[in-house]
Amino acid sequence: MQDLDGIVAKALADFAASADPASLENAKARYLGKSGELNAFRPSSGTPEERKAAGAAFNAAKQKIEQALEARRGALADAKLNERLAAEALDVTLPGRGRGSGGLHPVIRTWQRIEAIWRSIGFDVADGPEIETDWYNFTALNNPENHPARSMQDTFYVDLKDEQGLPLLLRTHTSPMQVRYARMHAEKLRQKAEWAAIKVIAPGRTYRVDSDATHSPMFHQVEGLWIDEDISFADLKGTYTEFLRRFFEIDDLEVRFRPSFFPFTEPSAEIDMMFKSGTLKGRWLEISGSGQVHPTVVRNFGLDPEKYIGFAFGSGLERLTMLRYGIEDLRLFFDDDLRFLEQFS
Amino acid sequence: MNVPERWLRAFCNPRISGEEIAEKLTMAGLEVESYAAPGAQFAGVVVGEVLSVEKHPGADKLTVCKVSDGSRTYSVVCGAPNVRKGMKAPLARIGSVLPGLSIKKTNIRGAESEGMLCSAKELGLSDDHSGLLELEGAVGSDARQALGLDEKVFTLKLTPNRADALCVLGVAREVSAITGSSLVLAKMEPIQAKSEAKHPVRITSPEGCGRFAGRVIRNVNAAAPTPPWMKARLERAGQRSISALVDVTNYVMLELGRPLHVYDVAKLKGPVDVRWGRAGEKVLLLNGQTVEVDASVLCITDDSGVIGLAGIMGGESTKAETTTKDVLIESAFFFPEAIQGRARRYNFSSDASHRFERGVDPQNNVDGIEYATKLILEICGGEPGPTQDLVARLPERRPVAMRVARAQKVIGVPIAAEEMAGVFKKLHFPFAAKNNVFEVRPPSYRFDIQIEEDLIEEVARLHGFERIAALPPKAAAIMLPAPEGRRGAHELRERLAAAGYREVVNFSFVEPAWEADFAGEANPIRLLNPIHAGQSVMRTSLLGSLVANIRYNHARKVPRVRVFELARVYLRDASAEEGPLAVRGLRQPLRIAAAAFGPASEEEWDQAEKGKPADFYDLKGDLEALVAPLAARFESAAHPALHPGRAARVSVNGRDAGWIGELHPRWLAKYEMPLAPVLFELDVEAISGTPLPAPVAPSKYPPVVRDIAIALPQTVPVQAVLDAISAEKPDIVRQVRLFDVYTGRGDGKGLPKGSKSLAFRVVMQHTERTLTDAEADAAREALVALLGRKFSATLRT
Repeated sequence: MQDLDGIVAKALADFAASADPASLENAKARYLGKSGELNAFRPSSGTPEERKAAGAAFNAAKQKIEQALEARRGALADAKLNERLAAEALDVTLPGRGRGSGGLHPVIRTWQRIEAIWRSIGFDVADGPEIETDWYNFTALNNPENHPARSMQDTFYVDLKDEQGLPLLLRTHTSPMQVRYARMHAEKLRQKAEWAAIKVIAPGRTYRVDSDATHSPMFHQVEGLWIDEDISFADLKGTYTEFLRRFFEIDDLEVRFRPSFFPFTEPSAEIDMMFKSGTLKGRWLEISGSGQVHPTVVRNFGLDPEKYIGFAFGSGLERLTMLRYGIEDLRLFFDDDLRFLEQFS
Repeated sequence: MNVPERWLRAFCNPRISGEEIAEKLTMAGLEVESYAAPGAQFAGVVVGEVLSVEKHPGADKLTVCKVSDGSRTYSVVCGAPNVRKGMKAPLARIGSVLPGLSIKKTNIRGAESEGMLCSAKELGLSDDHSGLLELEGAVGSDARQALGLDEKVFTLKLTPNRADALCVLGVAREVSAITGSSLVLAKMEPIQAKSEAKHPVRITSPEGCGRFAGRVIRNVNAAAPTPPWMKARLERAGQRSISALVDVTNYVMLELGRPLHVYDVAKLKGPVDVRWGRAGEKVLLLNGQTVEVDASVLCITDDSGVIGLAGIMGGESTKAETTTKDVLIESAFFFPEAIQGRARRYNFSSDASHRFERGVDPQNNVDGIEYATKLILEICGGEPGPTQDLVARLPERRPVAMRVARAQKVIGVPIAAEEMAGVFKKLHFPFAAKNNVFEVRPPSYRFDIQIEEDLIEEVARLHGFERIAALPPKAAAIMLPAPEGRRGAHELRERLAAAGYREVVNFSFVEPAWEADFAGEANPIRLLNPIHAGQSVMRTSLLGSLVANIRYNHARKVPRVRVFELARVYLRDASAEEGPLAVRGLRQPLRIAAAAFGPASEEEWDQAEKGKPADFYDLKGDLEALVAPLAARFESAAHPALHPGRAARVSVNGRDAGWIGELHPRWLAKYEMPLAPVLFELDVEAISGTPLPAPVAPSKYPPVVRDIAIALPQTVPVQAVLDAISAEKPDIVRQVRLFDVYTGRGDGKGLPKGSKSLAFRVVMQHTERTLTDAEADAAREALVALLGRKFSATLRT
């Protein structure tokens, strides 16, 4: 006749030997079932003291067996789960499913960054016609018909005429937007009889009859205009220099302003910049035309040049993009070769 | 403008290097593009003296010469016809470098050659290969020096306002002003007349010709050669030597900025008169071009008619030639407005027109004549007559006032009045200062000084832009509007990029055929001066360009193309009015277009539908995601670019917004594409306004879901069914979603022929209580009845 301890030891050994839940449950029945081996030890006779002692021993043995059963059940379940998990394992290095990645054109990416920088100091963004009138593109900008300054820009003309009978043209720069925006602004203020500074940039497409390795007949410019009671050439220098440093994310960028001529600004400056490191280190690079807006142009805005002064600039987006990303061939922007564009994601 | 350094330094010779002069000029606004010795790239070539010339033993046309470089004698095989004993010519010895060639010891048909005697062409100086270039100078000295090629030349890129700097003197004036080094002006002594010879001159149109100085010189030897020093200077300044008389006029123009013209007096018929042209009059110009003039073109005329275009170019009929005996020199002033644009109209430009359009000094006419006379007498001899100076009307030069305070305000730094005065002194601008206002008399050659700002610019320029402080931006903190109900173009771009599309930027001008094929547009806006026919019309649609992008990339073996573009199109519209942002007669709306070509998904390793090309519904899904939260509606319609059965007009908020569809098979053939791309093009404005969200709290009660499957005629578009449901559905129906479409196997089994099956999942919910099954079933029945009534739909079970 075995004792309780013997049964417990046997049960534990049987449980451990059960390799699957079914044999474990069979083993359970052998020990804990109604006719299980343990039941024979259920105390049923003797003095109350004897029965109490025997009951405690019985319960302790039963508890041990039940604990062992639970532990074994858990272990078997874990093993099963682990088996499943192992079977379900993936090669995590296989490529993910997707529809492929898109992206913005590098010049438009530059356009967006420029907007963000100028917006951060309160500049509005404006956009307008690309087929323009002679007046907005030239005359309003102090560049009258036949003036030699017009030959600085070779103009595309279209088969439509304005009210004066002059052919409409593809804007040769974004500067007409200076005039359009400032006139709208001035008109609005006249109605409200108050003053607020004009601060605007106008990025967009521009066109010139020029096509070779370094010129595209279509390109992008961004125009900037800041007119107030006291915006000076010194402000132009500081503001544009700051812009270039933000755009290139380089603080020790050298920027120089060099006297030049544009009909719509005076004094006029060509802006050059120089990197202090990298492949273009040490070379002056032309980056922008700029200057104090010419009084005739301010008058054409509908404002009094005695009261309001300020600066304007026009920069090439392709140029800025090329310098930013180290692109050497302008034509890459307009081939629309996906193998090139995909690098801007 | 090319300015040889020694020529410049003859007028102003600061004690700084040429590089420094170049830098200072650039920083003063006269941009020096290059400062270098003229083009010819050769080195190690010396002046050689030919000691003897013998016939080559093995070749008739060659000679074997003994040539000295002063210290050694070389045996050189030579083929030049002009080689002779005693001549001096460029000797390239072994190791010398010529353009595209380095000299080695060679054997030419049995005769050893220890170098090469060179022609001008071999040195890269000109195309002259007729014989050896004759040199002067010490034997053995560097040929570059003997040729004057050691002299560096400033190449200036002048802005149109600085006509005064289109000559050596003008640049010297500027150098003097920036460096403070004095300007050396040779006094122009009048040359005494040796005869009374004159030619009558009239100015009929003084508003065009303000002044005409003339002088006759008789008995010149027009065939005399131009002296080498003048030839050399002209060449370095980029002017080819032509003949003594022409060279003299060019020389005076380059030095003083004073264009001249020389007539053969014998060919003039009667008095010279400057007047506007008359319609129909013609003249054969010196460049061989015959032009017809009109009343807007200022002409030099005589009794025979027009003999030249004033300020632009002389005529063939009266030109001085090498046989000419008596000449008339013209030194005129023409108003810029009378010359501007005329040469351009005839499609050429000349040195004279370039200068007169911008403004030529009206005060140096006589100096120019005297200088030219002096040079002609030196070179060609002759007897000068008196100088006649006919002054009709000179440009009015008013004094210009500049307020010190205004200058300080515009420049932004307090430059002292004394420094401003110093600037005007350096520039030789006469001025008076009173009450902090300068009153400046601009010199006659500075046409660009007209208003206060012109003087402010001079002050800023000579003060030095680099010395002006760079003030960081200061601005009142005004918040910009942030309209939530509108989205910008960039947001639309970002959405398509996120959906896998790559942005492209195409030219706005395209091939006319694209317009016809992809937009059905026979009359797009045309460029009057396109660069080539393939870029000659303004596009009215972006689709043609996207098709071209697909073709370009497909040709480069890119299997899957997803592209989009956001840009303007250009539409004729006679009713379009002028506006603050609009031009009369056309509209220029922004469009956004996308195209998908090739597999619907990126190449994948486990995909069930591997390689399935993107179709209408793929693109439609992308379009819907782009315009969301707006809902687009689609209606079958025909578009010239698109497959007629796979094209839809898109509308948003009841307004036409664009098109979507598969490219028409006919264009696949014509444009050689193996499979059809799907494309859409939408109006940006139509999808830019988005409503502000107006949310309601979700119902707390559980939804009930019922499915309905119906059979109905295939011709009924799903949109019609959805519209009917949304118009008449019971209130508790929250959402109806199509989840299955089945068109049968075509055998009439299961579904009658010509029918299709649609299955909808209907979600019902009450806002205030739980729905009963009976209520849900009743609503379902109502929908079934509705569809039966409207579309003869039958319930499928």
